[in-house]
Amino acid sequence: MSEPIISFRQVSKCFTGKDARAAGQFAVKDLSFDVTAGELVAVVGKTGCGKSTMFNLLAGLLAPTSGEVRVEGRDPFRDFAWFRGRIAVVFQGDRLMPWRSAVRNVAYGLELHGKPKSERLDVARDWLHRLGLQGHENDYPHALSGGMRQRVSIARAFAVNPDILLCDEPFSALDELTSEGLRREFVKLVRENNKTSIFITHSINEALQLGSRILVFRPPAYIALEVHTAQATNDDERAQLKQSILAVMTGEAAATDGEQRA
Amino acid sequence: MLRHLSLNKETIIAMAALALAWQLASMLFPPFLFPPVPAIVEQFFNIFRSESLLLNAVATLARILGGLVGAFALGTMLALVMAKWEKAHRHLYPVLHFNQGIPALSWVVISIIWFRNTEFRIWFIMVATTLPAFTFQILDAYRSISKDLLEMSLSFRPSRYDLFRTLILPTVVPGILTAWKVNLGNASRVVVVAELVGATSGIGYQLLLMQQLFNMAGALAWTLMLVLFVLVVQRLITLIEDHVLTYRAAAERGI
Repeated sequence: MSEPIISFRQVSKCFTGKDARAAGQFAVKDLSFDVTAGELVAVVGKTGCGKSTMFNLLAGLLAPTSGEVRVEGRDPFRDFAWFRGRIAVVFQGDRLMPWRSAVRNVAYGLELHGKPKSERLDVARDWLHRLGLQGHENDYPHALSGGMRQRVSIARAFAVNPDILLCDEPFSALDELTSEGLRREFVKLVRENNKTSIFITHSINEALQLGSRILVFRPPAYIALEVHTAQATNDDERAQLKQSILAVMTGEAAATDGEQRA
Repeated sequence: MLRHLSLNKETIIAMAALALAWQLASMLFPPFLFPPVPAIVEQFFNIFRSESLLLNAVATLARILGGLVGAFALGTMLALVMAKWEKAHRHLYPVLHFNQGIPALSWVVISIIWFRNTEFRIWFIMVATTLPAFTFQILDAYRSISKDLLEMSLSFRPSRYDLFRTLILPTVVPGILTAWKVNLGNASRVVVVAELVGATSGIGYQLLLMQQLFNMAGALAWTLMLVLFVLVVQRLITLIEDHVLTYRAAAERGI
């Protein structure tokens, strides 16, 4: 097995703050897992199971209370600037800047990375075209549909050509038909561009459609089940897999063969 | 051209009606109460013909802008301190709030007692009266920075300068422009009071002279000068808004 590009080792995150409910509670506890280069790992779990905290730890937006997060051998929180251009994030909601046109939103990451204007706009236009948004380059976000805006945000992440793509339920606010199409495009782009990706979702169907591996989280963010989707080769097996995941998520089947309380 | 000056048909009709009503009143009342419109217009243009009179207008305009720049700079600093440190906010907020309740005339009296230099007196009055509004408006603008957009920006690992340039500045600019528009109106009223009581030049001082001479046409001409200045600067700010906030204009037009 090749070296992991992402590794969590006994990672815990305990929030301290004025909010009595949040203070002293572990959002993530003793979490360990690895992701190898080129993998597309789906993380699924109910709301409040610590997925987003894990995500923020991975993105370097939070520091762990204990344990070790390593991405390409470095600490994403301490070596924050080193990851410039190496990690990109597609968030829940498009998070486009309303004062920037579509092309300038896509070029935003490249601008922060100091790329010359003509180069970054060329790259941004190219990504907008790849995502079927030709003709909308100069449109402002308010003039785009929800699906189009999310495409722009995907283009923004891909435009910086990162090694790792982190996605936090990016299609959850879209209708089923739009999100279905975008999921397909997203997987195609990840595979074609050989990216490593972690995709957070609360939808089992989405996890099954996207992930080559699925990590099922239960609070406080420990991996209750780990499955490889390649194991399910037909519809029956996929339905069975879905049932197993659902059972673990809802707590009806706390312990399985795959349980890994790290 | 008319569009750029905000002179639509309704505005022109309303202003013409006002002038006509005044002219009619001038036929019914003595000229020291209601001077005819041509006399007011003549006095207004006389200001531009006389260098010494024009300097009075320039002095007032410079005082307004100087006071606003000072209040804006100080207000920005206070707003940033209040945004950064909650403790500072808890202490400064009541002081500024209290300050808002002090009438401009009280500041005029206080500054005359405190300071000898006329220009500094007026500057102090301008800053003291417009500082709270600037501070609160800039603080509001700063706090309106979207947490979601901040997280998104941080995910690209920007430098502090880039974060300020690409996220913070575009977010706070609309609030700052609104603050300038609002405070410009306040400042133009306050500066006249300050000059009326404590200066020997400026529009306020000229208004005092006109009152002593019972020259209503002159008083109105100087008032018109001040109104014209406020309208022109407000229009300039709107033009800047239209340029900087193109996306808003497009959104309002549904493009």
